[in-house]
Amino acid sequence: MTAELTRLTAAELAKKIHSREVSAVEVAQAHLDRIAAVDGEVHAFLHVATGAALASAGMVDESLAAGTAPASPLAGVPLALKDVFTTLDMPTTAGSKILEGWRPPYDATVSSRLRAAGITILGKTNMDEFAMGSSTEYSAYGTTRNPWDTTRVPGGSGGGSAAALAAFEAPLAIGTDTGGSIRQPAAFTGTVGVKPTYGGVSRFGLIACASSLDQGGPCARTVLDAALLHEVIAGHDPLDSTSIDERVPAVVEAARLGASGDLSGLRIGVVREMGGEGYQSGVRASFEEALRQLEKLGAEAVEVSCPHFEYGLAAYYLILPSEVSSNLARFDAMRYGLRVDKGASAEEVMAATREAGFGPEVKRRIMLGTYALSSGYYDAYYGQAQKVRTLIARDFAAAFAQADVLVSPTTPTTAFPIGDKVDDPLAMYLNDLATIPTNLAGTAALSVPSGLADGLPVGLQVMAPALGEAVMYRVGAAYEAARNAEDGGPLIHRAPSLHTQVGDAA
Amino acid sequence: MSADPATSGSSTGITRDEVAHLARLSRLAVTDAELDLFAGQLEVILSAVSRVGEVAADDIPPTSHAVPLQNVFRPDELRPGLTQEQALACAPAAEGGRFRVPQILGEEA
Repeated sequence: MTAELTRLTAAELAKKIHSREVSAVEVAQAHLDRIAAVDGEVHAFLHVATGAALASAGMVDESLAAGTAPASPLAGVPLALKDVFTTLDMPTTAGSKILEGWRPPYDATVSSRLRAAGITILGKTNMDEFAMGSSTEYSAYGTTRNPWDTTRVPGGSGGGSAAALAAFEAPLAIGTDTGGSIRQPAAFTGTVGVKPTYGGVSRFGLIACASSLDQGGPCARTVLDAALLHEVIAGHDPLDSTSIDERVPAVVEAARLGASGDLSGLRIGVVREMGGEGYQSGVRASFEEALRQLEKLGAEAVEVSCPHFEYGLAAYYLILPSEVSSNLARFDAMRYGLRVDKGASAEEVMAATREAGFGPEVKRRIMLGTYALSSGYYDAYYGQAQKVRTLIARDFAAAFAQADVLVSPTTPTTAFPIGDKVDDPLAMYLNDLATIPTNLAGTAALSVPSGLADGLPVGLQVMAPALGEAVMYRVGAAYEAARNAEDGGPLIHRAPSLHTQVGDAA
Repeated sequence: MSADPATSGSSTGITRDEVAHLARLSRLAVTDAELDLFAGQLEVILSAVSRVGEVAADDIPPTSHAVPLQNVFRPDELRPGLTQEQALACAPAAEGGRFRVPQILGEEA
């Protein structure tokens, strides 16, 4: 019984909890047991909040028993939270040694909205340090393993959140997407990941990587579950001055509409510059098949051209490090976090602390950003990258004039072996080729499973204009339903079973 | 690396000394071994990202932010903040209700 609970979707769990067929505590316990059984192998979690999770679930049960309506459509459903959002009752590390053991004095807006919705936070998930990386190998606390093949990476930076979903440790998770950190892990693990429009989800309490690109978003095993979570976390927040003060798109309604399966009248833009050379043949085949399915649903495929996307990677790896070099200056060993008392002056202590507390990728990006912002180089690097950013946004605008959504493979390849790219930064950066343009333009995109290539999951990316999430969820849900029908069930249920450890689960 | 979108960038020739300078500016007490490692890696990354220079963009306005931004104001009202105890709870060192920090200036100052 409890093992079956972990296989259900968030929507199914919510229904059972709210009808009091099962208790939220039973559901939480089933997931905690699953974590105890498999997380030794997967290492999705940096912190498991057993006591807090059961207490929170208990409050949902009490409230339902008293006849009160559920606090949200997801009340009582468990969730795995990326360790980049501050939490009052759990440590927050952002995957870095410099924040080891830090207990933030405040909750992120996302954390407090999850709590207010009655969602059970199971714990904090692993990530590349300060969200810089595409594999979780740059976490200071060890690599997360891909549940589909534990010799491979789950993607990154949100590999812990995606792996927790794929390992059935949680039905919902939260990620952040600066250049693909929600969508690429979703593609690598056969799960769903959504990067909302920039400003759609509050960044208050989200430890900054690159402020003009960072965006929190929902991760789940189905498009509908992602939509339900989207509506919980999205919406205006006066504590984030870049938060959009408009109505949250009706994504749950759109996902339900999409699942009915008719996409007639919609134009799907295929970006000529995405998906050719450099994309693994199995990924291309999966994408072609997805496109055929979308056409069968009544959508019209049109070819669009985004000629500046090929410069996106270069622009991104100038803009991001520049913002990082500034944002990470706050880790100065004075007010919180690590302090290495080596040297007489504050400056020496600071340099010794940052040397000991930051990993290699963070150091590379801080120095790269410092270089790009230096006088003499500023115009050629940072300034020029900002102009390319304008051109990429214009490419999107022109493409969205011809199509309602754009589609591409989410990633050039499937999940790669652990250790394959960790010493070759540029090879690691290429993972983000197809996801980066969306972040630069501030638009929305999601990744939905499109099948397997050589036994590993592939993702279909659906991109939409700013605040165009509704049509994006509609297309994602329609495609998901069609693929499941053709394949005889959700892809995630074909993930191999993990070695479970018994005895630990008390 | 067959997908390398960045092979045509010009060589930037970042030297070990330049990396040492960047590390100083970045407040990173890097080791000698790291200087060698990072010099090589930053060279590769910089030659890849310098591709942005191939785009003719003289008359294109820069974008610093994807969403048009205006100053956001809030009413000038008191609202609760952190207590002194909360603010100091995770300090590496505190004394007398304040952050205790190393001396700000070095010996020679």
